[in-house]
Amino acid sequence: MRSVFPATLKGLAAGLARGDFTSVDLTQHYLARIAALDPRLNSFISVYPERALAAAAGADAARARGANGPLLGIPYANKDIFCAAGTRTSCASRMLDSFIAPYDATVVERLTAAGMVMSGKTNMDEFAMGSSNETSYYGPTRNPWNLDCVPGGSSGGSAAAVAARLAPAATGTDTGGSIRLPAAFCGISGIKPTYGRVSRYGMIAFASSLDQGGPMALSAEDLALMLNAMCGFDGRDSTSAPRADEDFTRELDAPLRGLRIGLPREFFDAALDPAVGSCLEQALAVLRRLGAECREISLASTAYAIPAYYILSSAECSSNLSRYDGVRFGHRCADPANLEDLYTRSRAEGFGAEVKRRILVGTYALSAGYYAAYYAKAQRLRRLIKEDFQAAFADVDLIAGPTAPSVAFRLGQKAADPVQMYLSDIYTTAVNLAGLPAASIPAGFVNELPVGLQLIGNYFSEAKVLNVAHRFQGETDWHQHTPSWIGST
Amino acid sequence: MLNAAQIEALSRLARIQLDARETAALVTQLGEILNLVERMNAVATDGVEPLAHPLEIDSRRRADEITEQDQRANLQHGAPATEAGYYLVPRVIE
Repeated sequence: MRSVFPATLKGLAAGLARGDFTSVDLTQHYLARIAALDPRLNSFISVYPERALAAAAGADAARARGANGPLLGIPYANKDIFCAAGTRTSCASRMLDSFIAPYDATVVERLTAAGMVMSGKTNMDEFAMGSSNETSYYGPTRNPWNLDCVPGGSSGGSAAAVAARLAPAATGTDTGGSIRLPAAFCGISGIKPTYGRVSRYGMIAFASSLDQGGPMALSAEDLALMLNAMCGFDGRDSTSAPRADEDFTRELDAPLRGLRIGLPREFFDAALDPAVGSCLEQALAVLRRLGAECREISLASTAYAIPAYYILSSAECSSNLSRYDGVRFGHRCADPANLEDLYTRSRAEGFGAEVKRRILVGTYALSAGYYAAYYAKAQRLRRLIKEDFQAAFADVDLIAGPTAPSVAFRLGQKAADPVQMYLSDIYTTAVNLAGLPAASIPAGFVNELPVGLQLIGNYFSEAKVLNVAHRFQGETDWHQHTPSWIGST
Repeated sequence: MLNAAQIEALSRLARIQLDARETAALVTQLGEILNLVERMNAVATDGVEPLAHPLEIDSRRRADEITEQDQRANLQHGAPATEAGYYLVPRVIE
């Protein structure tokens, strides 16, 4: 067995195709890294060595029979929000601590069909509600760059696992920034596709008009490879976009000459840490050198994205999470006195504090007498936000800005103050409200913690977003840095 | 902005039992969250059509044919209490 494997999906695929190593070698390597390093990170909720090694042996056998493919035999870590038949799918909640998924999510089915090997299920904020991974029932994940800092959330386990090279790629979901924020905080690449690209079937619902799955990996090229496998129309998701399959790698190397990049003045505001701002200035200079032209734009309504987002997402969450009633699946309280007691105590015991807060906010926003002031108002703002983006995209090809106002903050720093925590998502939620695709890629360091550059595209323009990200990564090496303590991969 | 009695009423609507300590904390926290939310009122939205869904797609329709197979045993496998294919709950009718 080799001691050093290539880091990227692209490199691993080439090595597997050449016969430098087998999928079983590779899977053993990542399982050994998880066993050795994850006790310090807590990035996995469940690890499945036997299942993974059996899948790897299957991939090796398929290759011996002549099969090939860019993802065949490559391990991945799966956010614990995606059902995988026969495995615990907890959503990091006590409510689902003992829930064994009876079927595969479409994303899992598609990655399995592409030959990928699921090594385990990653930690996250409970029901994806959080920006720091601290609301997990299984304890917080730590940031590989500084173990006293949060990895971002909600896909913090996936981001930390990839950053620490415990997996070459992972799945994530993004309702208000949950792929991009942890990608930024952990120094990896992640993309939230256009709403409707990736099937929500078997992806546990938080806020259904905002939730979108996507890949997290070490490079834009790897995101494209994984997105190819994850996307596609799915009749089992009522909001799946009816579009033909695309090859997201097709434009990776396209020149950027003449590309018009909009810089929203609302994203370079007083909330932005000046040190993060200067990293972004240098990143934009790289894009200019590649031939892009940057111009200031305005997305005035996005200043109201956070309040609109917290009303709409909480309203949808209060409805979606009503399914957890202690009757059909999930946690049930002991010795219920009557049906009402069964409901109220099972939910009180099964949900954590942040989930309860959001259900109550959503219940309030949807209740008689308050619906117009909160829910309908937020929906009107949502249209204004969408229209701001549409007007901007009449003049620019791409929008660039920070992913987050700061680098990763310390564990516990914002946990007691929900509003401060919500403001971590100040630059990400507008994208979900509009349903647009957006990536976060590494763009430098502040205090030895990674900075993320956010690239927002027009609807269904993932190939363009990844093109810009890939060309940027051809000129920079921020995406290749590794935390020193994790050793060579 | 919301008092303890209002929080308790919400918790009944949401079917989540709260203890006194949780209720007290929520008075402060929900108050702060609603303060944040009030910022929306700075924008005039008269005449703006509410947007429920980013892509504004119509619901897809399909032929009225049976596509699902019976999976009762598989789906009930993880239920807290079942008997003869039914979910068990505390007695509702005395």
